[in-house]
Amino acid sequence: MIRRLVVNGRARELDVLPHQTLLEVLRDTLGIFEVKEGCGEGVCGACTVLLEGRPVSSCLVLALAVRGRAILTVRGLEGEGGLHPLQEAFVKSGAVQCGFCTPGMLLTALAFLEHHPRPTREAIRAALEGNLCRCTGYTKIVDAVLAYARGDEGHG
Amino acid sequence: MAEAVVLHPSLRLVGRPLPRHDARDKVAAATAYAADWGMPGMLQATVLRSPYASARIVKLDTGRAAAMPGVAAVLTAKDVPRNTLATDVPGQTTAVGPLRATLHVLATERVRHQGEPVALVAAETLEQARAAAEAIEVQYEPLPGVFDPEAALAPGAPRVHEAGNLLAHWRIARGDSAAAFARAAVIVEGEYTTQFVDAAYLEPESGVAWIDSDGVITIRVSTQVIEHFRDVAEVLQIPQNRVRVIGPYLGGGFGGKEDVTVEVYLGLLALRTGRPVKMVWTRQESLLARAKRHPYRMRYRTGASASGEIVAEQIDLLADAGAYAYLSALVLLYSTVTAAGPYRVPAVEVEARCAYTNNPPTSAMRGFGAMQTVFAYESQMDRIGRALGLDPVEIRRMNALRRGDSLPVGQVLETHVAMPELAERVWAALGPVRPARAAHVKVGRGLACNLQPYGRIVWLHDWSSAWVGFEMDGSLVVRCGVPDVGGGQASSLCQIAAEVLGVGLEQVSVHIGDSALTPLAGTTTASRQLYMSGNAVLKAARELRAQLLAVAAPMLGVKDSALDLLEGAVVADGGRSLPVPDVLRRCAREGVPRSHLAVYHAPAGEPVDLATGSGKVFPDYTFGAHAAEVEIDMETGAVRLVKYVAAHDVGRAINPQSVEGQIQGGAVQGLGGGLLEEVILEEGINLTTSFASYLIPTAADVPDVEALVVESGEGLGPFNARGIGEPPIGPPAAAVANAIADATGVRLTRLPLTPERLARALGLLGKAG
Repeated sequence: MIRRLVVNGRARELDVLPHQTLLEVLRDTLGIFEVKEGCGEGVCGACTVLLEGRPVSSCLVLALAVRGRAILTVRGLEGEGGLHPLQEAFVKSGAVQCGFCTPGMLLTALAFLEHHPRPTREAIRAALEGNLCRCTGYTKIVDAVLAYARGDEGHG
Repeated sequence: MAEAVVLHPSLRLVGRPLPRHDARDKVAAATAYAADWGMPGMLQATVLRSPYASARIVKLDTGRAAAMPGVAAVLTAKDVPRNTLATDVPGQTTAVGPLRATLHVLATERVRHQGEPVALVAAETLEQARAAAEAIEVQYEPLPGVFDPEAALAPGAPRVHEAGNLLAHWRIARGDSAAAFARAAVIVEGEYTTQFVDAAYLEPESGVAWIDSDGVITIRVSTQVIEHFRDVAEVLQIPQNRVRVIGPYLGGGFGGKEDVTVEVYLGLLALRTGRPVKMVWTRQESLLARAKRHPYRMRYRTGASASGEIVAEQIDLLADAGAYAYLSALVLLYSTVTAAGPYRVPAVEVEARCAYTNNPPTSAMRGFGAMQTVFAYESQMDRIGRALGLDPVEIRRMNALRRGDSLPVGQVLETHVAMPELAERVWAALGPVRPARAAHVKVGRGLACNLQPYGRIVWLHDWSSAWVGFEMDGSLVVRCGVPDVGGGQASSLCQIAAEVLGVGLEQVSVHIGDSALTPLAGTTTASRQLYMSGNAVLKAARELRAQLLAVAAPMLGVKDSALDLLEGAVVADGGRSLPVPDVLRRCAREGVPRSHLAVYHAPAGEPVDLATGSGKVFPDYTFGAHAAEVEIDMETGAVRLVKYVAAHDVGRAINPQSVEGQIQGGAVQGLGGGLLEEVILEEGINLTTSFASYLIPTAADVPDVEALVVESGEGLGPFNARGIGEPPIGPPAAAVANAIADATGVRLTRLPLTPERLARALGLLGKAG
């Protein structure tokens, strides 16, 4: 079935099979490799994208069900001036090691901060519970999210 | 000599918490991991695995599968030119097991563990490959299996391998322990068990292979060891120079990508089909089939004087090696050497064995056998302290190793041992004791210290090489075959090269992990890359610096000893300077190389006889201390981590932010193994093949880890750094167990320390069944 997918503001028409997940279509059909597959069953969060601003595990969403709703990946965060400030905060805080969880982590954090602009460390940890990281132990990820929320410059 | 070059007295880059170049690429999702790669006309491949833990293959028919739509190749053992992979296990003290431990690439007539690879399929699409794999007809005749190392070593046990189930045996005997125990005022005995643990990196095993235009089989694969190109060549029975392995940035390794994963399969399929082939394991497949951390049963008997000095220790270690040898014998060696911990013990006996079972294979994982023993020796230390009324810091301070002391194996410690001060610092960092929040909550604190080797065993004669060169515009290139698993392996090399050659980090390009085009650097394992490749880059950079300054000196009319390299210029005393590109042009005219290739050789030695304690096993060790504060819900057995502090002496932190990251990440991985993680097996069948059942810590499971980066200024790495990749994973389980004992008086001796186990030990669940 031909379907319309709007990824990072750009509309694409493509053939989608009923059993295909959004993750499969993004990676295998559209070549959008910034969305990572870590478990394929909605536990690890590596494949997180924002669907109309809400984080979803793209491995659990059927591509047909997206129906033209806006999909945001981490590549959609970058603005004219380069990296999004949250991306900058991740770099400065040392919140990135292997980087495989990073795209999903950034998107989940951003969606959370949209509604919780002044979060506590505990609230950040609770919000990121669905995004596994095996490298950092999370401390510096929380540092980065907090630094961005506070609008810190030159932290880390 | 390059060593005579004096660095700028104040380091500009080394020692600073500089953001990593790869972090910038990774937040922008520009990094192409192994599974993000593709080639025109690429096939998709899958592995057919045994559903049985122990069985004979009585029929294997691929005819129907091979004829299915889209199928390009179906391979079984008979299609593999050389169907074995070998691991060298030198230096065994007892002649047991094969000295070259082998495993089959694909199963022949026998499968020895669930998930053992039986056949490979490559097809146009992944669906077609999977459908064909299911259509392969395999008839198994289940055989009796053995699923516990103790049972495996009992007379009459089913044999996993013909030669018997004892895979390796190490022994240390030092001093007269019988006499020492007779003098001991207190003797503490304990039995500790650890579980199967999975590396659980976020990036599953993956890669793409193709035959390049030069006919070389090229495999771009997520691996910690690009030198596996040699294994691929051996299996394919082609010359080693006809295989190239490219190692992109990894999505985590932790030892789980030290052994071969997909690369041999990809090589076989690319050679057979002549087409590019991709293989990506699913998470379920990774959890099912990948080698795990060894479960240990550890029996400790420790004797101490009335004042608290340890006088004797008897240690018996038994590890489950699973169905194939992999690196088990070496993992066991690490356990043997570190079994008494960072303490002076005059009389020690260690017996260490590992046995084949029909469980999943076990092999390298961060800590590599020096990790399990921490749980035992630090639990013992706590119990002795309690028995004698000594606080946790005091008992450790009294017994801590010092420079010049020897480990039980006879190795003399030649660098600073930061032992008492690390324990004191983390304990103090916990701050004032806070009262419990509620009547049913108890608060407790625990301390655990460890030692972890960095660098490979000295009789492996380890080396690493690196190339550093200037481009004509003054930008710098570093080439080094290091795989970057995410710990900042590549960026630390940039920092070192930029420091010595007076350029900014942004002027350095680093090419890593290509067995054909980058100088080989050895494995990213054993906490060795900063130590080994850092030294190689430092050596190359210093030689290059000397070459450049020798050419610049006459240009400036001064001696080269009066010159420095700063901000892209050669600078003389008094402020005169020359832009580096001017010097490079002069180099070109005079035929002076603008690059240098250096090889760093680690201190080497011959295999030691452990039993007589004759000498050096590892180049050096990293020491650490962790402290935990926990809250115990006395009604449910729930353990809440409140505070966690971890300190390691890293000699010199090349990048303190990366060091903190290793300490924090290692501590949380250790807490995962301490509190949550367990591969559950029933008669060899894995019940935890999903992240929904194999639980690694989430952000909400763990507290912030306060990392104390201690710099003694002594270590064998560049600028006196020590390895820090593995050490932080050792202490957490013991620190938490000791904190639980402090809060409740109950000593848990089996990992993970689950609420159910604690509730049972507290008597909340009635009598144990």
